[in-house]
Amino acid sequence: MTHGVATSHAPPQGFLRRHVFSVDHKVIGRQYLDLALVAVVTGMVLSWIMRFHLGWPETPVPGLGKLAPTGAAGGIITPEYYLALMTMHGTIMVFFVLTTAPFAGFGNFFLPLHVGAEDMAFPRINMTSFWVTLVAFLVLISAFFVGDGPPLSGWTAYAPLSAVGKDAGPGQGVGQTLWAVSIGIFCVAQLLGSLNFIATTLDLRTRGMSLARLPFATWAWFITSVIGLIAFAVLMPACILLILDRVAGTSFFIPAGLVISDRLQPHAGGSPLLWQHLFWFFGHPEVYIAILPGFGIVSQILPVFARKPLLGPRVLIVCLIAIAFLSYTVWGHHMFLSGMNPVSATLFSVPTLVITIPATIICLLWIGTLYGARLRFTAAALFALGFVSVFVSGGISGFFLAQPSTDIYLHGTYFVVAHFHFVMGVAAMFGIFAGTYFWFPKMFGRMMNETLGKWHFWLTFIGVYCVFMPMHYLGLAGNVRRYSAFTDDYLQPLIPLHRFITIAALFTGAVQLIFLYNLIRSRLRGPVAPANPWEATSLEWSTSSPPPPDNFGGRPPVVTHGPNEFGGTGPRDYVMQAEPQ
Amino acid sequence: MSTAMLPPPPTLPGGSVATAAGGPERRVAETGVWIAIGTISMSFAALTSALVVRQSSGADWQHLHLPALLYVNTLVLLFSSVTLELSRRRLGSFGLHATLILGILFLVGQGLAWRQLAAQNLHLATGPSSAFFYVFTVLHALHVLGGLGGLGLVERRLAAGGLSRTTFKAAALYWHFMAVLWLYLLTLLTIRG
Repeated sequence: MTHGVATSHAPPQGFLRRHVFSVDHKVIGRQYLDLALVAVVTGMVLSWIMRFHLGWPETPVPGLGKLAPTGAAGGIITPEYYLALMTMHGTIMVFFVLTTAPFAGFGNFFLPLHVGAEDMAFPRINMTSFWVTLVAFLVLISAFFVGDGPPLSGWTAYAPLSAVGKDAGPGQGVGQTLWAVSIGIFCVAQLLGSLNFIATTLDLRTRGMSLARLPFATWAWFITSVIGLIAFAVLMPACILLILDRVAGTSFFIPAGLVISDRLQPHAGGSPLLWQHLFWFFGHPEVYIAILPGFGIVSQILPVFARKPLLGPRVLIVCLIAIAFLSYTVWGHHMFLSGMNPVSATLFSVPTLVITIPATIICLLWIGTLYGARLRFTAAALFALGFVSVFVSGGISGFFLAQPSTDIYLHGTYFVVAHFHFVMGVAAMFGIFAGTYFWFPKMFGRMMNETLGKWHFWLTFIGVYCVFMPMHYLGLAGNVRRYSAFTDDYLQPLIPLHRFITIAALFTGAVQLIFLYNLIRSRLRGPVAPANPWEATSLEWSTSSPPPPDNFGGRPPVVTHGPNEFGGTGPRDYVMQAEPQ
Repeated sequence: MSTAMLPPPPTLPGGSVATAAGGPERRVAETGVWIAIGTISMSFAALTSALVVRQSSGADWQHLHLPALLYVNTLVLLFSSVTLELSRRRLGSFGLHATLILGILFLVGQGLAWRQLAAQNLHLATGPSSAFFYVFTVLHALHVLGGLGGLGLVERRLAAGGLSRTTFKAAALYWHFMAVLWLYLLTLLTIRG
């Protein structure tokens, strides 16, 4: 039997072809995850520096004076450098962690396995998309080392600040250009990746693998790809226009008569709001690009450890599709402060509230699945449950922000910082952790240490609530975000709370060393993993751990069951997808 | 997005592709091109909305008179689509060569049109209408260049006898889309540019 058009994998020869420039989706998936690991450590260290400065603005950050002699002379961070750290933290986390790990990383490794294919539809394009992502990351990081340092216009790069060049502040010269180039390159990689995911899901499913039998994670990756294909197709031309405004003298986003640093800018007629529209048309769906793979991973993991079928599997798919569709109708809720007509604001507010309906239904499906279940409390299950908790916590604050009247007060405050960190950042991270504990045995052929995994979960879970829950209170008290210090204003009474958050953030960060240690130790010395350690059903568990280069040892599986068959009355309480009838 | 990366699909009589599913015949190269068409359309739709917003944001929009050469280039590109279609139906190389030459001719023609505008002192940064003109036409030309790369690969495979109908069809689909996209851009730039 031929196997689609994916190239048949004879084990490739040579170290470079096998481990570096490999077209094997499993190697590429691991490369994405390694890149995300480097990125998340970088982004977390940046957040530590920011948090330290917010708690103790007059105390030098140890060692930073030497690393950033202009932005942090003597270790004391300037307000501009604080913004630069914030910009880089946000950009690295959103693009190179939250998009890269759960979508590109796990998706690459497991989507072809889930559909029963040997590889992605276009393996060489797949390899290209990883290397292009790496180039984008290196271009972004290089902003630390050239000119006046990294840009300071935030991960949203609002024009005209981002468009006028070095008059706008340190880092707004070369640094901001590198940012725009990096994100433009990143878009290319994501478009190529999404194309591969969609073509693979549509065309390379093995015999019997109907769409209805696709595992939930693959459904989520597929829908995320469709979102990405549209969203990144808008961000890329927006980046091109931004770069042209910066280097070629055009005026797409820069209005007439703009004076910055006492200099009249040589531009006219542009619209700063145009950037906001283009950016958020990408930016809001991007939130779902980050979180939907987490939805898929949790929906896949919970039934395995609840030993019950997921409640309402079709409802889940319909809700995921509804979220994807609605995600394109809500971008204006990021722009309530832009002087938007109240009628327009209402038009964006309504779908924003409506999108909570499918999201809530999905949460209820998860909770309903747990009802009456005898849970196996593994680290993967704990992180999946933690995902539900932090997603709901972050989602509830979304109700307040969806309404223009309350958002106008809260939007510039820490309330929003709390909201998006819970609902997008921490939730997606919990999805990544859950996926790691769940799939590590399949990826590396060794089990992770469960005791360390549980410690990791509980300490992280407590830690993130200590970090982000108090930020709601800060926001309600009027604590503006993006300020580098609050030493001499009305916010001074809140400093002790900031210090508490900082200590919690440093603690939560340190806890991640347990995870890193577990990753490395298990990779080297973990007990050898069987093919199906969790008694799960989807196709990746039908092949060896780790899978052979062609995934199924030259015998493409024939699918006879859905992915959701748990809790039977036979000798086993589950039926695998490729099990004979 | 070119089809240059696609591995040769195994062919069956009638030019369809076998799949592991053994179910309905799938054409992965064609699927890939359809997806690419979707995403490229979205990019140009975004730029179109940018043009509309920018036109109303400032008082500096001046209508750009398009060089007449563009209409000649349009005919060249449309004709290249016809020759490609003839070549695809007969699996003949003459039409394919003609398409490649016409495609290159189109790009040369676009280059000449840019020079004509530059000679009138209309550059990228001269005004918003010229800026959008260059952005649209250069991006389109880059996509055409990618298409030429894909067609070059089709030509090589045709000569070597390893070309499947489905790969040819996918490449042709992309090329026809370039013509359709160009007609859209020309209309947009004529009416609103």
